Amino acid sequence: MVKVEKKKLIAAVLVIFLLFPLILPRFYVYLTSLIMIYGLLATSLNLVLGYGGIFQFHHCVFYGVGAYATALILTKTSLHPIFAFIAGPICGSVLSLILGIVCIRLSKLYFGMLQISLGSLVWAIVYRWYSFTGGDDGIHGIPIPEIFASTNGAFYFALMITTVSMFVIYGIVNSPFGKTLQGIRDNPVRCEMIGVNVRLHQLLALTISGFFAGVAGMLFVVVDTTVFPELLFWTLSLEVLIMCLVGGWFTFFGPMLGAGIIILLRTVVSTYTVYWALVLGIILTLVIFFLPNGVLGFIEEKFGRGLKRENV
Amino acid sequence: MDIYTILSQVLVGLSRTVILFIVSSGLSLILGVLRIPNVAHGSLYMLGAYTAYTISKFFGGQDLGFWVALIGAPLFVALVSFIAERCVFQFLYEREHLMLLLLTFGFSLIFGDLVKMVWGGEYKTVPVPKVFQGYILLFRHLHLPLYNAFLLIIGPLVAFLLWLFVNKTKMGKISRAAAVDREMVGAVGINVSWVFGMTFVAGCFLAGLGGMLVAPTISVTLGMDHSLIMESFLIVIIGGLGNIWGALIGALIFGLTQSIGILIWPKFGIILPYAAVVMVLTFKPKGLLKSTW
Repeated sequence: MVKVEKKKLIAAVLVIFLLFPLILPRFYVYLTSLIMIYGLLATSLNLVLGYGGIFQFHHCVFYGVGAYATALILTKTSLHPIFAFIAGPICGSVLSLILGIVCIRLSKLYFGMLQISLGSLVWAIVYRWYSFTGGDDGIHGIPIPEIFASTNGAFYFALMITTVSMFVIYGIVNSPFGKTLQGIRDNPVRCEMIGVNVRLHQLLALTISGFFAGVAGMLFVVVDTTVFPELLFWTLSLEVLIMCLVGGWFTFFGPMLGAGIIILLRTVVSTYTVYWALVLGIILTLVIFFLPNGVLGFIEEKFGRGLKRENV
Repeated sequence: MDIYTILSQVLVGLSRTVILFIVSSGLSLILGVLRIPNVAHGSLYMLGAYTAYTISKFFGGQDLGFWVALIGAPLFVALVSFIAERCVFQFLYEREHLMLLLLTFGFSLIFGDLVKMVWGGEYKTVPVPKVFQGYILLFRHLHLPLYNAFLLIIGPLVAFLLWLFVNKTKMGKISRAAAVDREMVGAVGINVSWVFGMTFVAGCFLAGLGGMLVAPTISVTLGMDHSLIMESFLIVIIGGLGNIWGALIGALIFGLTQSIGILIWPKFGIILPYAAVVMVLTFKPKGLLKSTW
């Protein structure tokens, strides 16, 4: 019963999204694209964080590297753009695998801290390497293939890729691999005992999540046609963590919802005041106090049970 | 590049080490006892620097202003952290690290914007007091700015006082015990919440002191918290969580690689400290010295 409703809901949301460029002004179309990109990024983080229990503090490195890889191939080489779109995710996942191999021996907070430091290393290289990455100016006016160059084109491209990615991640989460991952999160020792290769599973999860972060980075290049080093600065990573938290860790669509809430709020608040960070900090504190499971977690807690009871 | 250039760069690195050590020892104290990865620590450091600016301006840039700021700025920061701790943090000690990390990040956002509201976005400078203007000649061509010499004296002094506090006072001993077994300390009739609160305030005092001391050597600006907090987290990690001597060693590694790195490879010198951290953690995943947890 609930499952059918969910499917209908997703279909309805998709149809509404398809109609967006026809009814909404350009700015809102751009905003929706951004929400989808950050939603995808937050969902990919949630794959390792919420489902895998790995403290991936600096997730934006893979996002930024994906964006830079796409941007560099589009501007500096004459390869077909399709290579650029593939290169972003590949670079994200390869870097994620490398960092994962170095960090995976550590647990919890140590993992997160080493990951942040390695990520900062990548950031420092991007920030300083003027001749290659443009340094702190970044790269502007990246030539995007004609079809995606308009706001609407970029929107449909982002919508398509995000939808496909979300379905794939959903499949991964509900596959035997995803279930094993959740088992590892809840009790790594027991999983090891029954013969699960914990490290291998975690590494695979990290690689997958890096891949989708790279996809999000590639989409950002298409939508925004710029890249800059802040894409892989650690504060952005924490903002993505906040999106996961606000939406709800242990829910699949939570991070996407969180990204929507945060980006919409930022747009609204920024029109009134320059102190968006202050507002975000207060919201964050309130959420941690009163909604530790996030908005979607709260809804599921309150109404999910009610629905189930009705079914019974 | 002669030997004097290298030596003077080492001295610059050592003065940087002092600042890094003071800030990260506070962070380490909080991390070791309360187990809070306090991202807001960097913002308190920034707050210390801005308060030092205001106090020094109030005294018209006189030497007296510097000495008042030396005491007043860290105390003000400690007061702010005390309010934050009693109003918010004390209710959340039992939460997992990730929540605490995000909570303190939220506070760093709030502090950052409050500083922007009060002091604005321009660069501020704090004058070096007249006593410390000038140089001392260490060797033939080796000059050391007097203020850096002052820092090199303050650093070991703070380390010594901190060692006294942690190892010789009752408060310090209780806080160490509470770090190991919180429930047991509570069971023998000690108010653990207050011990935690006081340790937190002591750690934040050190952040304010670091900010105050660094103020005359740099231009005080928004965003000075972001680079520093990352550095001090790394220092704490490579030194061993909660270990104050570890923080000293970590700060030495960081400060020296930073200053030497800039000398030998100006473009990518910034990478050297991070590379050093990776090296250390590859061979010693839990830090160089024993961590408290």
